[in-house]
Amino acid sequence: MEDSKEQIEESRAEGKIVAGMAASFENPKELLGAASAFRKAGYQNFDTHSPFPIHGMDKAMDIHDSRLGWIVITCAILGGLGGYALQVWAAAAAYPLLISGKPYISTEAFVPITFELIILSSAFSVVIGMFMLNGLPKFSHSLFTHTSFYRASYDRFFLSVAAEDPQFDAIKTKSLMKAMGGEAIEILYDQP
Amino acid sequence: MSQDTSDSVALPRLVSGNPSFSDIARDVTAPTSGTPPSWWVIAFVAAMSLLMLYGVSVVWLVWEGVGVWGVSHPVAWGYGIINLVWWVGIGHAGTLISAVLFLCRQRWRTSINRFAEAMTLFAVVCALQFPALHTGRPWVDYFMIPVPNQMLLWPNFRSPLLWDLFAFNTYLLVSLLFWYVGLVPDLAVMRDRAKKGISKILYGVFALGWRGSARHWINYERAYLILAGIATPLVLSVHSVVSFDFAVSQLPGWHTTIFPPYFVAGAIFSGFALVVTLLIIAREVYGFKQFVTLYHIDTMNKFLLATGCMVGYAYSIEFFMAWYSGNEFERFAFVNRAFGPYAWAYWIMFCCNVFVPQLFWIKKLRRNIAVAFVISILINIGMWFERFVIIVTSLHRDFLPANWGYYIPTWVDITMYLGTFGLFFTMFLTFLRFLPMIAISEIMGIMDKANPHHASYKTDENATKQNV
Repeated sequence: MEDSKEQIEESRAEGKIVAGMAASFENPKELLGAASAFRKAGYQNFDTHSPFPIHGMDKAMDIHDSRLGWIVITCAILGGLGGYALQVWAAAAAYPLLISGKPYISTEAFVPITFELIILSSAFSVVIGMFMLNGLPKFSHSLFTHTSFYRASYDRFFLSVAAEDPQFDAIKTKSLMKAMGGEAIEILYDQP
Repeated sequence: MSQDTSDSVALPRLVSGNPSFSDIARDVTAPTSGTPPSWWVIAFVAAMSLLMLYGVSVVWLVWEGVGVWGVSHPVAWGYGIINLVWWVGIGHAGTLISAVLFLCRQRWRTSINRFAEAMTLFAVVCALQFPALHTGRPWVDYFMIPVPNQMLLWPNFRSPLLWDLFAFNTYLLVSLLFWYVGLVPDLAVMRDRAKKGISKILYGVFALGWRGSARHWINYERAYLILAGIATPLVLSVHSVVSFDFAVSQLPGWHTTIFPPYFVAGAIFSGFALVVTLLIIAREVYGFKQFVTLYHIDTMNKFLLATGCMVGYAYSIEFFMAWYSGNEFERFAFVNRAFGPYAWAYWIMFCCNVFVPQLFWIKKLRRNIAVAFVISILINIGMWFERFVIIVTSLHRDFLPANWGYYIPTWVDITMYLGTFGLFFTMFLTFLRFLPMIAISEIMGIMDKANPHHASYKTDENATKQNV
């Protein structure tokens, strides 16, 4: 158990920046168990990585609900108002055309485009908002220094603890990972 | 299998056998690695040849003008608009499968949604070719977009044709976003499994550094849910707006209030038919029988039966309304449709769309791959003729006999239509070769072992307890 501590000290001496520690688990059930054990042990800055979302993980890790909906509703309202305003301004102010006696501001005829612009602005805000909330794109991450993390996208389940976590301790963290069934426990380094 | 009986609801197994997670990743990504199979090369060469035919036709069309098409007085909307409506209608099935069935928690959709979304995207690209070229001067198509310009010119927002521009482009962009969001976790799989440099870099760039974090999944799942929620009204709106092109006019045969729901039902009908056609081929050539089971084909065929009955109802009620309206022009338009010079097209449409799908009342035929394949092709022929009938028969004989005529397509019409198949299949075959055609992370997520609360884990625990 002492080896991990020595390893960290050695690598710090070499000038590498220790970012945390990660372990691999066999299946979703083990990962879920490990996640709740880490939360109960007082860890906050830890994360789990799986090929698909795992049912109950938000409760096990105590993750707050996504705020994405608020971003989207704001953009949807702005898109709708903007779309309607564009049509009113173009049809009644910038280029007034009298077509078969219809009023310049023909609200009924403006409904389809207003609707499409609500959808378009919400769709872009969903995608951009989701990636922004997730801090993506981020091509360089300490987890990618783990030798078997590439399997996290298709058949392994990982738990990582950041070095900034007040509970992070080379020995204790490693032994808890091991106790919960973690394998391939490795120290993560920030990529240069 | 005995564990399944403990569940209160017996769900059909969506993935047959019991593959491990890495087996799924390996099987789904297999077609993207190694040398492409010879059938793929042959199909790709054929598709590229058709695409070149399309290119030649477009050059000729732009060079000479739309006069090289068969459109003239009185039928000013010919193959161009028929193909537009047909292609965009096909697209609707992909969004229906990925969005509406997602909201309805129809988990069987997982095996086919990536595939169907790709089909949507490429079908909409094919559809957009036609209105862009139909303007006659495609280099000034930007006049339709409301951008400040020197001429101080703004588009007419009261026109359904402009609504179309917004509906189609919104549909294309939203479909692309939806497809891409679904692809990101799978691109990470591709990145992590790629060995060689260039593909690893490209998949890596498009995967955006995805690392499957639980804190990311929670936003991701919410994003997917919202996209599904907004794609649902969008898909209903797109074909409704297409139908406004007709319904807002005052032409007998077009000016009917049933058009929006009737067009949407027809779009879903033809789109599901093309999904069945492509799915059966892909299932056979790639051997994805454990993911796309007979249960999937059966369910798709039930959709074809239901939507086929809906369009059958629409055809019939249109006739009834024409008679009930008491308007002689309206009555003439419909009698002329069924018994006039284009009666052959009408009855091809009616047989393929209404009579043929009735075979799917029989379970044995729904589960027969060959029957499903043939019927799905017949339905798409029928749906092409539906648009032909709506457009050509309504235009060719209007209020005054002096305005009557008979529409015949030219060779450019036909090569352009065939050419869009080249465009579609070039894109589709490229997709099959470079991207996973089944949503890997989603299919893993619906497996029993993906659920940490599933009975199989409990029995494992009991077994270990007993051993201890």
